[in-house]
Amino acid sequence: MNHKIKSIIPQLLTLLFVVAVIGFFTINAQLNMDERGIDFGYGFLSQESSFDVQFSLIEYDGSHSYAKAYLVGLLNTILVSVLGIIFCTIIGVIVGVARLSPNYLIRNTAAWYVEFFRNVPLLLQIFFWYYAALRALPLPENTEPLFGVTYLTVKGYYIPRLIWENFDILLYSILAAIISIVFIRNYARKLQEEKGQQLPVLLISAGLLLLFPAITFVTGMVQLEVALPVLKQLSKTSFIYADGISVPPELLALVLALSLYTATFVAECVRAGIQGVSKGQKEAAASVGLTPNQILKLVIMPQALRIIIPPTTNQYLNLTKNSSLAAAIAYPDLVLVFAGTALMQTGRAIEIVSITMLTYLTLSLTISLLMNWYNKKIAIKEK
Amino acid sequence: MININILKPNSDNFQTYLYIGSGFIFISIFDVILRSFFNLNFSTSLPGILNFFLPLILGLVGFQMIRLEYSGNRIVDKINESVNNNTFNAGLTLLIIFLTLIATPPALNWMIFEATISGDTKEACVATKGACWTYIKVWFRRFMYGMYPNDFHWRINTAFITLIGFAFVGYFMRGKLKNYITFYYAIFYPIIAFIIINFLISGGSFGLEWVETNAWGGLSLTFIVSFFGLIFCFPLGMILALGRRSELPVIKYISIGYIEFWRGVPLITVLFMSSVMFPMFLPSDAFVDKLIRVIAAIILFEAAYVAEVIRGGLQALPRGQYDAAKSLGMGYWRMQIFVILPQALKLVIPGIANTFLALVKDTPLIFVVGLSEVVGMLQMAKTNPKWLGYAMEGYIFASILFWAICYAMSKYSQYLELKYKTER
Repeated sequence: MNHKIKSIIPQLLTLLFVVAVIGFFTINAQLNMDERGIDFGYGFLSQESSFDVQFSLIEYDGSHSYAKAYLVGLLNTILVSVLGIIFCTIIGVIVGVARLSPNYLIRNTAAWYVEFFRNVPLLLQIFFWYYAALRALPLPENTEPLFGVTYLTVKGYYIPRLIWENFDILLYSILAAIISIVFIRNYARKLQEEKGQQLPVLLISAGLLLLFPAITFVTGMVQLEVALPVLKQLSKTSFIYADGISVPPELLALVLALSLYTATFVAECVRAGIQGVSKGQKEAAASVGLTPNQILKLVIMPQALRIIIPPTTNQYLNLTKNSSLAAAIAYPDLVLVFAGTALMQTGRAIEIVSITMLTYLTLSLTISLLMNWYNKKIAIKEK
Repeated sequence: MININILKPNSDNFQTYLYIGSGFIFISIFDVILRSFFNLNFSTSLPGILNFFLPLILGLVGFQMIRLEYSGNRIVDKINESVNNNTFNAGLTLLIIFLTLIATPPALNWMIFEATISGDTKEACVATKGACWTYIKVWFRRFMYGMYPNDFHWRINTAFITLIGFAFVGYFMRGKLKNYITFYYAIFYPIIAFIIINFLISGGSFGLEWVETNAWGGLSLTFIVSFFGLIFCFPLGMILALGRRSELPVIKYISIGYIEFWRGVPLITVLFMSSVMFPMFLPSDAFVDKLIRVIAAIILFEAAYVAEVIRGGLQALPRGQYDAAKSLGMGYWRMQIFVILPQALKLVIPGIANTFLALVKDTPLIFVVGLSEVVGMLQMAKTNPKWLGYAMEGYIFASILFWAICYAMSKYSQYLELKYKTER
């Protein structure tokens, strides 16, 4: 009896406190909204937004609804996050491995990179790339081509646009290649476990991935045209490159800053993961006659990945959340388009901020669920 | 069999190889130095690509020639071991050396030799090609104190010096007083800090003129925000961590919900909330200062991260510690305060330091609500019509500033980690 009361009282008090706080806020919000004559509701989402967005992945203009504006912002956020995650993984893995290099200079260069970029606020880095580094680029009319067909100018990065014919057939061929790769991998694993033979799976996979789409090209089912960026005069002093895809400088700066910043954390995770595999494992593998490549592929990586993935997932989540800093350089992401412009126009603070926060929550939880699933898949399976 | 590989030394002919090889390396580095520092190129007669890669090729040949294990020469052994253990590494070594050499002259020129620091106006910088440190010099006070009136800067300085003074009081607590050290830092010190900042920096009484928080800014605002953030998010995070580990379901799930919610949203939306949504939640006649709202938002946000870090420490403690404390008849709070938390906190010093670093690095985000600390002041200075075009100098200055602060903090946390390390 005594024990029960002891455990119920603190719970009751906490609950009361939480309910009281929420209740206090709700009542005040109700009163405030009554006073200003706003009624709570999400009906405004279907109204005409009447504002334009600079950069959008889908067709959008002022005549579309607020819901569509929300979608534009969300897609832009996802675009930045995906690009950032890809680049930060590439840089992070390279730097993380470089930090363990036997070469003194490489080790220390990597260490300096990590120490510097992780100790400078991300916002400052974004500002640096956007307002200082990218602003120093030449105007479109004075730009020398980079890699022959792309142009890095102060107005953005212009790359060729690929125009596909029968793009779906190409997708099917890639799908077919992936399915056959899965089969070959399973066969290779079986072969390895039963007879100890090894197939060059990586080579075969790469070959298949090239071969299948190549067949569709040769047979003429799929055609590809490349639209190169062409200099076009808008007015007397204003030039742009037309026909290609233009990557706005905001996106460039954001992806650069996010991936360089997050890569430092990914690099530390990779380093910790590789160091976390005990030396005995490597020596044991070497003593049963595996080659260095096989040791890395079959012994070190599978164990290191288990250590690397959970903290790296956290970094991916952080990158996604940090992409909201886009608002600072006016890249039209979710925060700028929706929590900025749309909020200004409608004045519906509670609805819009809550939708924005819920969206980020959902994004975060989705990424962490996906990564948990992957983590479970590669976890040690006891036989 | 005669070894016909002419680039491979053996212990007999190593001396010759060493001389020739180091000669090659020396020539390759000397070539790059000539090219970058003096703009001279002695191999222009060679075709373009060969000319461009000549130093790399020479260097690689040189490194190849001196690569021999146990050569008998200690310096050569050390070089081989650390930068020259195979061709790939030798190539990377050369690349790093060359890049450094190529980047040094323009960087030095821009930062030092062609830079200006004299004068008080933009005119001093017009003629120079290098950096305009005059810009930093002129705006220095703004970067430090924001729009705070110039005459009152002594108030900020005095407040910070007094606060630092009070922070050191703990060192002088001896004997019986030492029991109260936690109490002092956890409860008394924040109150003192608030009083000092309220009366000295904000003013409004004792004959000090009132300065509204909109005028605060620069590095001092960074310090104020992160100081209160650090002080308050720690105890809140501790309570949340204990709550998440609690056996009482209501407390446990409320804590989990709180932590997961704040960790799932970006700080910028939280600040948005504090500035546009929070006033709606208060009685219409209540007014909370913008700065206080921002600091409260940061505390609530960072506490969730601190809670997760501390939970890691709590989970790492063996069960025996709990059982031992309970078998001595300790209640929940006595067990947590005297047995569990001291050990758990010791374990998570690096994690907490990382969270605090993140907090300091997050302070520039308060630009969202219109408060400008260093980075915000930079943006303001950059758009000042009298000083257009010196963004780079400002960003470099601020990066060095933040880097120094964060680096010092991380070094201090490493020191603490060593100091409190106990063998188990």
